[in-house]
Parts: sequence; C-alpha cells; structure tokens
Amino acid sequence: MTMIFGVPLAVLSGQLLIGVINGAFYALLSLGLAVIFGLLKIINFAHGAMYMLGALVTVVLFDLMGVNYWVALFVAPLLVGAFGILIEYFLLRRIAGQDHIYSLLLTFGVALIIQGVLTNIYGVSGLRYSMPDLFKGGMNLGFMFLPYYRAWVIVVALLVCFGTWFVIEKTKLGAYLRAGTEDSQLMQGFGINVPLLVSLTYGFGVMLAAFAGVLAAPIYSVTPVMGSNTLIVVFAVVVIGGMGSIGGAIITGILMGVIEGLTKTFYPPASSAVIFLVMVVVLMFRPNGLFGKEA
Amino acid sequence: MTMMKKLLASAVASTLMVGGAQAEISNNTVKIGYLADMSGTYRDLAGPNGLKALEMAIKDFGGKVNGAKIEVVSADDRNSPDTSSSTVRRWVENEDVDMVAGMVASSVSIAVSKILEENDRLGIISGSAASSITNEHCTPNHIHYVYDTYPLANGTASAVVKEGGKTWYMLTADYAFGQALESDVRQVVEANGGEVIGAVRHPFPTQDFSSFILQAQASGADVVGLANAGSDTTNAITTASEFGLTQSGQTLAALLLFLTDVHALGAETAQGIQLTTGWYWDMNDETREWSDRFMDETGVRPTMVHAGIYSSTLHYLNSVAAAGSDDAQTVRKQMMDTPINDMFAKNGTIRVDGRMVHDMYLAEVKTPAESKSEWDLYKILRTIPADEAYRPLSESKCKLVKM
Repeated sequence: MTMIFGVPLAVLSGQLLIGVINGAFYALLSLGLAVIFGLLKIINFAHGAMYMLGALVTVVLFDLMGVNYWVALFVAPLLVGAFGILIEYFLLRRIAGQDHIYSLLLTFGVALIIQGVLTNIYGVSGLRYSMPDLFKGGMNLGFMFLPYYRAWVIVVALLVCFGTWFVIEKTKLGAYLRAGTEDSQLMQGFGINVPLLVSLTYGFGVMLAAFAGVLAAPIYSVTPVMGSNTLIVVFAVVVIGGMGSIGGAIITGILMGVIEGLTKTFYPPASSAVIFLVMVVVLMFRPNGLFGKEA
Repeated sequence: MTMMKKLLASAVASTLMVGGAQAEISNNTVKIGYLADMSGTYRDLAGPNGLKALEMAIKDFGGKVNGAKIEVVSADDRNSPDTSSSTVRRWVENEDVDMVAGMVASSVSIAVSKILEENDRLGIISGSAASSITNEHCTPNHIHYVYDTYPLANGTASAVVKEGGKTWYMLTADYAFGQALESDVRQVVEANGGEVIGAVRHPFPTQDFSSFILQAQASGADVVGLANAGSDTTNAITTASEFGLTQSGQTLAALLLFLTDVHALGAETAQGIQLTTGWYWDMNDETREWSDRFMDETGVRPTMVHAGIYSSTLHYLNSVAAAGSDDAQTVRKQMMDTPINDMFAKNGTIRVDGRMVHDMYLAEVKTPAESKSEWDLYKILRTIPADEAYRPLSESKCKLVKM
C-alpha cells in the first residue's frame, strides 16, 4: 500500500474528503458571518446561537408537529431568520453606526441569553433526531465508506454558498445591497428602502446559519450549547479569509476543514488549535486576511 | 469562701465544656458548597438536579444537625479547574464552607481537593471518573463516592474481551479523565489476553468524530473503545452508526455512559451497548421509590451521580451528628467507620484512600422492543462485587495507604 508520512494513501484520501465535508459546514457558517459583517459591519456573535436554533427548531418541529426534514430545511431557516430580523429591528438598529465593539457585545449577550434559557428547558444531553430514511446507509468508495447524508451535505452546502456569492457579487440586488451599505443616504435618495434592506440582509445571514443547523441536526448531538464552540472556529475562518470577503469566506472555510482533517490524522490533540495557528500566521503576513481588500 | 470558689470554678468549667461541645460545629452552622457543571456539557448528569438531590437529603435529614442549621451555597464550575479553584478558595477561606459536594470534571476535582487539603476541609466527589483521584492524587480531605474509571474498565472491558473482542482501538478525550480511563482499559484488556493496537487523543469537546471513526475503521481492531463522556460519547456513537462501524463487524464499547446520555441517544441507536454503572433507578423498590420522588422534583429520572449526591450527603450529615463535630478529619473518620446502607449502596465502605467501595453493575441497553417506557433503558447483566470492582489497596499509589 502506498504510504504518505506513515499514513496509508487510502486513509489519507478518506480524511481529505471528510475535511472537505466539514469545510463545507464551515463555509456555510462563515459565509453568513461574512455577509453580515461585509454589508452591515456588524460582528455577529449570535451566529453560533442561530446555528443551534436552526437545529433545535428542526427537532422541536418534528417532536411537536411531526414536521419532516425536507419541510424543516425551508421552514426552520425562515423562522430563525424572522427571529433575526426582530433582533435587528428592536436591538441592533439602535446601535447602528457605533463602534464594532457594541454590536459584538450586544449579539454576544443575546446569544448567552438564548443559550441559557434553552439550556434550562432542554438540558444539554442532546435531543434525538433520526436520519431521514432516504439518507440511511452509504456507499463504499473503495478507500472509505461515505454515508449518503455526508454526500448530500457537501452538495447542498456548496450550492447554497455559490448561490449566495452569485447574488451578492453578480446581480442587481447585490449591487443595491453593496451600495446601500456604502452610502445609505444616497441610496435613500434614489428611493431605495435602506433600513428594510439592512433588516433583510441580517435575516438572510441568520438564515444561512440556521440552514447549517438543520443540516447538522441528523448527524450531531443537538443541544443548546452546540453553537458556542463552533462559533469561535468560524470566526477564525472569517478572519483568515478576510473580514467581509464573501468568496474568501467560502474558500477559506473549505481549506480550513481540510487542514483540520489532516491534523486529526497526523496529530489529533492539536486539531482544535490548528485553525488558530493558521490565523496567527496569516495575520502576521496579511493583516487583512487572505482575500481581504487592502485597508 | 473556698466552697464558693470551687463552685464558681466548676460552674465556669462546665460552661466552658458545654460551650466547647457546641463550638465543635463551627459557627453553629454546617455549610455545604455544591460545585458542579451547571450549564456546560456535563450539566445533565449532575448539575442543577444534583443540587435538588442534595436539598432532598437535607430535608430528609430534618433540616438541622444537633440543633445547628444547615446552609447550602452553589456555583457553576464551568468545567474549569481555575474557576473552580478560586470559587472553593473563597468558600473555605471567607465563607466558612465545611464540605464541598458535587464535582464533575476530574481536572476540577483534583484541583479542588488540593485546596481542601491546604485548608483542612472535606470534599465528597460524586461526579468525577478518574481513578487517580484516590490513587496518586489522594488526600486526607476528600472522598470519591459513586464510581471511577477502574470499575468502568474492569466491568465493561473485561466483559467485551471475554466475548472475543481481542484487539482494541481507543478514542480518548485528551484530559485527565480520558487518559486515566484509557490506561485502566489498557491494563484490563492486556490482563485478559487482548491488545490495544492504537489510540487517538481527541480534543475536549469535539463535535465531529467522522475523522476519528474513519481512523478506527482503518485500524481493523475488533473493538472501538470510547474513553470519553457526555456529548463527546453521544456524538461518537451517532457518527459510528452513520459510518456503519458496527455493520462492518467492529464492536463499539462506551466505557462511560450515563442514563441521560442513553436517554438522549434513544434505545434505537444505543441498543445492545454494554456499560458499567454504580446504580440504576429501576433496580428494586427502594431505588424506585426514591426515583419517583426525584422525578416529582425534577421531571427526569436520576443518574447514578444524582443518587450518589443524595446518599453521600445523608451519610455526611449522619456522621456530623454522630461525631458532634464538623471538623473535617473527625467527620471523615466517622464516615469511614460507618458502613453505608441505603437505597444507593449496600454495605458500602469508605477506605483509607477515600474511595467508597460498593457493588457495581454491568448493564446492557435494552432494545426498543424491550424498553417499555422512555426511561426503561437498562437490563442489569451482572453484579460486580465491591471487592472485585475497585482497585485493590495493595496496588494503590496513594500516600495514605503506605502510611
């Protein structure tokens, strides 16, 4: 068997694929953060909580009303997105234009409250959610067993990422968005409802997080604290990619998934630290991140 | 005149003596500090419901000990030895806390027991797993009550090896508890003629286990042993089932599973998994009666840790009453001299190293067909007698044993 650094090639290929799958998750989550920061200049520390809400709403909808996975894939992000819009309208709007630190602290506080309340209700052991029947089982790729569900995750996550990038960077709506946040007064003058645009953008970023949450529900233990660890990693991804760079967030997300996957193979104890190590190195040489615009 | 003096002197002396006897319960208050993970990954196995169990014990005891009042303070340990150390330091140095109960993450318990030793207060650890707590980390100031990694390894690992699982691959949480459990498993597996052919130390906590499960599959080992706890274990089991680990002929051995974890996984996913437990709510009328009361208070069935917190608090208060003192060493001696007979343990004894030894149980998770209700999850396969379950004192590295 071919070996690379003492690891069989087959095992390594499997790990690379797993890395890409996890990277697709990171991409989806960091994309939402990058949209919110890039367009609204809000550092959204509630992003992990929104991811968790997406997963939790999926489980609760199923338990209470028997709502299945496919419906939840649309309904849960919409519900959580609407909740995000309420947060924007009632809270974030009041500190618009202030220093970044205000939005950071406010969203962090909101996240802690949501997490604390739900922990009191649901505990932390995890809620049960079964894999949709369609995705039970998997295929043998020769070098690894690939569960159908993971294959689905990678396809749908990348589609959503690409779609978002396309809308923001290549369409008229995206142009309005970018212009509206660049010079809101001018856009108001053109008759565009900028506050509405801001609310919808925040809601959309939150929806992306919740969508990742729905994808996570069948494979990870769904608990009110599931977002808190993920959040920090995803922030590091956004910083590495360049704060606010939409394409950067997607590419960096996948790249970091792969780097983390390789670390899990060669030196597992470092796998939770490696992304931060990369972040330090990147910031030393490119303070604006890999894909950030020059300041 | 001399008569008067004598009378006066004896009156003074007797007042002093009475005063002295009363002063043995310091400040006329027995103050208990409850320290546990109240909000993080280990919340459900002890947490706020453990505090309820502790309060149930105080209520059942009568609310006062020899006329002295009983006070409770509580704090979230945040799974951090640093946070816990500063909390406990404040409790014992400024707030006259006599006994610290609860304690979950092993790293927390080890840090806290050092502070208790410096200040000569008592700690009763119910949630932690590391057997090193009463081995190399033993102190004259703490008791380890419910279970530890030695019987977990001994019960589960030896049963699995005897069923033919000779080669093992370990997924180990990379901190004190996981390492202790891994080394205890290694000993048991090797003693029974098996071999540990590989191990991964994963960060605590880890959400995605797919990479580690893939490595475990590639190892070709008969058994994949999980030396982790809480959401790490449930995530690993879920991912293993997703990646078809058991279909490909490997066995999954979860070395530490709490009732709350199995409840979260459900009988469908967890069926057939063997585990070792110190107690189960549905063993006899006594355990069921207490569990019903616990469920009325909390809405859930108790874990072995909840039952242990109740039992150990009651044993502590009985010992304070019998000794007429809340001095750590006096109470600890009294607790050691009295066997424990209640709904939690039969003839449980506390050894010189602080280990409470009692019968343990090898259990198997029921199939969905066998499970009659939400919490009807285990069938007990075997009782592991106390003297066989725990590390014998002859193998101990504890400084108190050699004395």
